[in-house]
Amino acid sequence: MRLPLLSILIFLPLLGAAVVAGLDRRRDQVIRWAGLVAALLALAVAGLIAVRFAAGTAAMQFEERATWVPSSGIGYHLGVDGIALPLVLLTALMLPLGLLSSWGSVTERVKEFTISMLVLETALLGTFLSLDLVLFYVFWDAVLIPMYFIIGLWGGPRRAYAAVKFILYTMAGSALMLIAIIALYVHSGTVLDARTFDLVALRSLDVPMPLQAWLFGAFALAFAIKVPVWPLHTWLPDAHVEAPTAGSVLLAAVLLKMGTYGFLRFLLPLFPEAARLFAPLMVTLAVIGILYGGIVSWAQRDMKRLVAMSSVSHLGFVTLGAFALTVEGLQGSLLQMVNHGISTGGLFLLVGVLYDRTHSHRLDDYGGVAALMPRFAVIATIIMLSSMGLPGTNGFVGEFLILLGAFRAHPAYAAWAVGGVVLSAIYLLWMYQRVMHGPVRFAAPARVKEISTRELLLFLPLIALIFWIGFYPNALLRRSEASIRAIVERVQPAATDTAAGDRP
Amino acid sequence: MTLPTVDLRLLTPELIVAAGAMALMLWGTGGSRGRAVRWAGVLVLAAALWEVLMLGAAGEGVGAMYVRDGLTVVLQVTALLAALLASALGGSYVERAALEAGEFHALLLVAALGAMVMAASRDLIMLFLGLETLSIPLYVLAAFARGDRRAQEAGMKYFLLGAFSTAFFLYGIALIFGAAGSTALSTVATAPPSLLLRIGMGLLLVGLGFKAAVVPFHAWAPDVYEGAPLPVTAYMAVIAKVGAFAALLRVVPAVLRSGGDEWIAVLGALSVLTMVLGNFAALLQPGVKRLLAYSSIAHAGFMLIGVAVGTAQGAGAVAFYLVAYTLMTLGAFGVILMLERRGEEADQIADLTGLAWRSPALAVAMAVFMVSLAGLPPTAGFVAKFYVFTAALDAGQTALAVIGVLTSVVSAYFYLRVAYTMFTGEPRPEVVFVGGRWVTAALILSTTGVLALGVFPAPLTTFVRQVAQVLR
Repeated sequence: MRLPLLSILIFLPLLGAAVVAGLDRRRDQVIRWAGLVAALLALAVAGLIAVRFAAGTAAMQFEERATWVPSSGIGYHLGVDGIALPLVLLTALMLPLGLLSSWGSVTERVKEFTISMLVLETALLGTFLSLDLVLFYVFWDAVLIPMYFIIGLWGGPRRAYAAVKFILYTMAGSALMLIAIIALYVHSGTVLDARTFDLVALRSLDVPMPLQAWLFGAFALAFAIKVPVWPLHTWLPDAHVEAPTAGSVLLAAVLLKMGTYGFLRFLLPLFPEAARLFAPLMVTLAVIGILYGGIVSWAQRDMKRLVAMSSVSHLGFVTLGAFALTVEGLQGSLLQMVNHGISTGGLFLLVGVLYDRTHSHRLDDYGGVAALMPRFAVIATIIMLSSMGLPGTNGFVGEFLILLGAFRAHPAYAAWAVGGVVLSAIYLLWMYQRVMHGPVRFAAPARVKEISTRELLLFLPLIALIFWIGFYPNALLRRSEASIRAIVERVQPAATDTAAGDRP
Repeated sequence: MTLPTVDLRLLTPELIVAAGAMALMLWGTGGSRGRAVRWAGVLVLAAALWEVLMLGAAGEGVGAMYVRDGLTVVLQVTALLAALLASALGGSYVERAALEAGEFHALLLVAALGAMVMAASRDLIMLFLGLETLSIPLYVLAAFARGDRRAQEAGMKYFLLGAFSTAFFLYGIALIFGAAGSTALSTVATAPPSLLLRIGMGLLLVGLGFKAAVVPFHAWAPDVYEGAPLPVTAYMAVIAKVGAFAALLRVVPAVLRSGGDEWIAVLGALSVLTMVLGNFAALLQPGVKRLLAYSSIAHAGFMLIGVAVGTAQGAGAVAFYLVAYTLMTLGAFGVILMLERRGEEADQIADLTGLAWRSPALAVAMAVFMVSLAGLPPTAGFVAKFYVFTAALDAGQTALAVIGVLTSVVSAYFYLRVAYTMFTGEPRPEVVFVGGRWVTAALILSTTGVLALGVFPAPLTTFVRQVAQVLR
């Protein structure tokens, strides 16, 4: 009998949460280890899936189907393809890092924190692996509740405000998506029994035009808020700044990707005609976001806010690649989702490490950290270079593919987007200079200790991935290519220009 | 003549409840038999529940005034479930407050009987009978705490406005009778459209709208909910809804079939008003009772969508919604019933501060109810809203679905605020736990129900769907 690997992967963290719930709340260290072990087991299962994953096919793999609510066409349908796989791996990797990073900073209510994180992992993995629209929506919305508590209970001084803003913003978007999902279902058949919520079946449905544009709009709004696409980004700085480090890391690395994953998984294949129609709009917003995010980041005096705003810029690239509607653009977009997870997740971890020592996010409070923490400075350099997209790092490959893809479709926009690359170099180096160099400004420099082994363990996997993807992106691109190609063929049936393009 | 025997067999659940109520009234009053009375009440309800399920869709009787079909079964099960949970939740409160346990449980049973009769009516006279049987015990229950002036005021207010709305209802029946020549709903459905019929139908809706706390007939609800003793509020919030929506599900299809398409627009407008006002007004409430009062108004709006679309699917969605609503609302009240502030009801949201660190299980249960009331997955509240919206979209009522979904986003704000309060801050020393095994059992039942219906709704949805198909 074949093991239902995907279900095991999704529900393993939930099981871990149940185990943690049964532990004595006073034994923090036991709880932390239990949470970490559960997350690592999930990572192992995800790794197993990646190893067994067959490249070169756009078909869903490890599929699982079971009836759930047969009278309404709702099924329990899971599957993984080249688009979901990288994000599943990213989620499974970032979760243990998030948990490990919290060992130093979350000292109260450790039990509830660990449970929230594990429940969050289940919801995230479910979001990426669902092939039924209702199942997807259930997981999508289920992400909100643990994240609401993570921000609201373990966050900074304005946590209550930030948590509410986060949840209301995202719910407003996803509410209309729910209506669109139901409308799609109603449209999928004339009699009740012919209707379905199954994504694979719905992908071949041709929705007539005015309706298709409306549905596109509803889905796009939900995803664009999540990404966030400019001008829907205003929830993001508050949520990021107030969230605890682990929350920021997961928010940046994984939660934002739910939106861009939605572009690739739902928006383009379900509504190809509307996607072509609205692509110029989305590309314009993406480019505005790239430049706006970059400029605003430059102006920040708060490290965490700076990193948060830089996400708006970086995810502008991801959106640009997705709506370039070319194979290179989409591949770059997918790769950049992973890259942003690694580099921005890494940046938030760096900020967290500093905060644990100084309890400040203000750039003015820093200076000369490189002298006090030389090993930390090296790590920070690598992660920043990756975020900037320096050749040899992962960021370069992704941005290059996106710009290449965008250039073929919209040369002028691509030219503007290059400005974003320059801006990211400016604000990151500016931050680096302020924090790392110059005179030591701390009242108690003795407390700014070199990073511990636990903290080092947070960064080693990220650094390994930065160089691995930087030098050998094919490992990911090869697995996703067939799925990407299928999307492009669906959106642009007439396009002949689908060569994979040069890869660095 | 075989008819009477058939009738009695059909009516056994109602007879059990009625007999139980009378027995409790005679035997249970005056003494200190609190626990025994509670057991007796629960056993009567359980027996009736068993009988409803055993009978199934058995047919019609009493000269076709009464029908026991699938819808009757779902609605009666919901009513009995509500009564069962309410007697488990309320029992210890009643004994603590030194109220008459026998009367409390007897009145509870009578109100359930009223809702059951309404669910099975195929005739307006029968419906009226049920409505009164439901309403009068609720007036009494609202003023049940004789020493409490707020409860006195609540009972009086509820009674006056309720009697007023009953008059509307009765006058509506009279006009419909004038227009259609019969009070049987099957005849009303085939009556030619006329002004008289329209006015009659309008008056009928006013009466039912009052019972269901639909805007603009909702003004009594927050005051009465706040003043009545907590277990009564809990029960009232649920059983009146079950009865009113049962009546709407019986009456509205008949009216629509008689060519009254304009009622779709009227009901739709009422539903929008109710959702918007209920959800926005709830934003401002510092007290749990008032919050849940506005929440119950808002949920009436959501359910009204299912009525307004006028399809079988809509009716099925309302039936499912009622079950979900019963579990989550009674559950939320149950959590509040577990607490007490200096011998009084802990009815402020602030009383819940830090509850999670004193009783994690209770806080988690409350969080589940709040998430469900907000309509987030994986809970019964989500599935209920999902089906209501599906019915609306299927009937082409996109605007209703969109407004519904947006107002439920608004509702997330105040429901999650309650959940958040429990997990933050220092617990208040003056708030103490007063629950008992009964309340705990009721809470476990409703939490399990809310989650089970959220994760595995298939058995109930399949059943409800068949029910609704038969209805047309």
